[in-house]
Amino acid sequence: MSAMTFLNAVEPHLPILLIIVPLFGALMATFMRSGTVAWFISLVVSVLVALIAWKLLNTILSTGTPIIYKIGNWEAPIGIVYKVDQLSGFVLLVIAAIAAVMMPFARRSIAAEIKQRAQPWYYAMYLLCLAGLMGIVITGDAFNAFVFLEISSLATYVLIALGRHRRALLAAYQYLIMGTIGATLYVIGIGLLYVLTGTLNFDDIASRLGPALADPERRNAVMAALGFAFVGVSLKLALFPMHVWLPNAYTYAPSVATAFLAGTATKAAIYLLIRLLFTVFGVSISIETLPVPQVLIVLSIAAMFLASFSAVFENNAKRMLAYSSIAQVGYIMLGVGLACLPVLAATTDASPATTPNNGMTAGLVHIANHAIMKAALFLALGAVYYRIGSVLYKDIAGIGRTMPLTMLAFGIAGLGLMGTPGTAGFISKWYLALGAIDTGWYSIVFLIVASSLISLIYIGRITEVVWFREPSAAAAQAKEAPLSMLVPLWILALLTIYLGLDTRATVDVAAEAAKVLVGGIR
Amino acid sequence: MQALETLATHYNYFITIVLMISGLFIVIARGNLIKKLVGLSLFQTSVYLLYLTPAKILGGTAPIYNPAYKVYSNPLPHVLMLTAIVVGVATIALGLALVVRIKEAYGTIEEDEIFSKDPDSE
Repeated sequence: MSAMTFLNAVEPHLPILLIIVPLFGALMATFMRSGTVAWFISLVVSVLVALIAWKLLNTILSTGTPIIYKIGNWEAPIGIVYKVDQLSGFVLLVIAAIAAVMMPFARRSIAAEIKQRAQPWYYAMYLLCLAGLMGIVITGDAFNAFVFLEISSLATYVLIALGRHRRALLAAYQYLIMGTIGATLYVIGIGLLYVLTGTLNFDDIASRLGPALADPERRNAVMAALGFAFVGVSLKLALFPMHVWLPNAYTYAPSVATAFLAGTATKAAIYLLIRLLFTVFGVSISIETLPVPQVLIVLSIAAMFLASFSAVFENNAKRMLAYSSIAQVGYIMLGVGLACLPVLAATTDASPATTPNNGMTAGLVHIANHAIMKAALFLALGAVYYRIGSVLYKDIAGIGRTMPLTMLAFGIAGLGLMGTPGTAGFISKWYLALGAIDTGWYSIVFLIVASSLISLIYIGRITEVVWFREPSAAAAQAKEAPLSMLVPLWILALLTIYLGLDTRATVDVAAEAAKVLVGGIR
Repeated sequence: MQALETLATHYNYFITIVLMISGLFIVIARGNLIKKLVGLSLFQTSVYLLYLTPAKILGGTAPIYNPAYKVYSNPLPHVLMLTAIVVGVATIALGLALVVRIKEAYGTIEEDEIFSKDPDSE
């Protein structure tokens, strides 16, 4: 009985617990001397956070109305609110679930890659980063989002700097410079919005932007705000020409940190951009005043091709996947860009308010699918690094013979990345193509297929290296990865297949979120 | 004359813009890791000014509940910038800590020298 009353008392406070639990977990982890104890705290916290996110999303989906949590019980424009709607609930669960699934993997990997003394610090930083990412997604306040963005970023810089190679320090420094410029640009944009509207609440800004837009003098300021915020957040999510920090950061960070960041960090920034474009500024502004959709589409396609080409010629498996991440962010942003464009009347058979936008659905589905696939790929490389201490092609040659289970999971996730039918990646690309057809940009369908062929080349190349080459000296000595690594890896690999066959978990929720975001507008 | 008047009445904004651009320029143009951080700090500082300028009213006091005072400055941007200053301090501190570690690992803080020490990008 007391357990029930406790749960009932806690339930209204779940949104804030999503932040507080990892924040306190981070504090506890800093005081631990042993890495294993800190790991256990992180494991418990990650699972708790995932359960809370799961509960929140289920509540939203069953009631259909957003959960609004008023901090300190102050009403919206005065106080800060946390708002969980279909979109944020979905992204929260993706981030929390990925973080929770890879925790069992972390213990051995971190123990092997990071000095004993620094291990509790790794877990503390990881939990801080998790709290920051959750905060970005859940907050309904523009400045609060900046603070959480910086919390997660500062933690990320440390995570990267904990890498073994001295280049990790340089990668962290470069990311710090780029990330801070991005966050500062975002804050400039928010400042302009505050001057224009006198509020920082996302919904409140949206409702007050109308008069500012009607006034030709203030209109310029709105456009400047949009420009600053757009570029700032794009730096964080590594949209194509602003991606230069990403390959080094992912290559030199500890294996688990790379998998965590690739799966989650860019996704939170993508969420923030979607929130800004669709909820705050509204689609009509970004079409009529600035060619935002066109810019997004062109940059995304450039990312899909140029980053994929870089991946083809890479000889370091981690860096290859990092370039592939940039290309995959391109797919997500292509969906978002297509969602900004008007849907052609001929292709929509039902009324637009009830049909979810295919482009947005594709973007959101790919947030989940890419997080799962890329986390699986990086975890597989983490297991290889744990055994042989390298992820260079010359060292991992023939490792499929000594670590078949690891490399099989890698292969499955790789198939997903290419968009093979029957895997999660295919679902994303299918909806992306539908979105392109809906808006009348037929040539994009061709470009999606063409860029998938490039991913076939880079995945094919590493598959050839690990399965068909003569084993290198290190690979011949390697043993299969331990069970604590194989289980998370295979959960993600099997999810790649499952979400390619049964799309209820991803597409239906994403479509629901897309409906809320763009459905009502046209 | 018009331009001069704009300059005189909006000089806060011009200072903000000059600081912003020079900060960003230093970050891009300098190869010394410490100087880059100085530029970054300058860039962040300009934002404080951007927020505070429209919030401050000449002769305005803090919003205290007292009939003697009628004109208040907007406290919210001041509070926001307090937070931003904390964030900025944390960023610069972390950046400097990284530079110390880079100096230990490479023996230099000049970007081109560091790159020449690790030519192999694997």
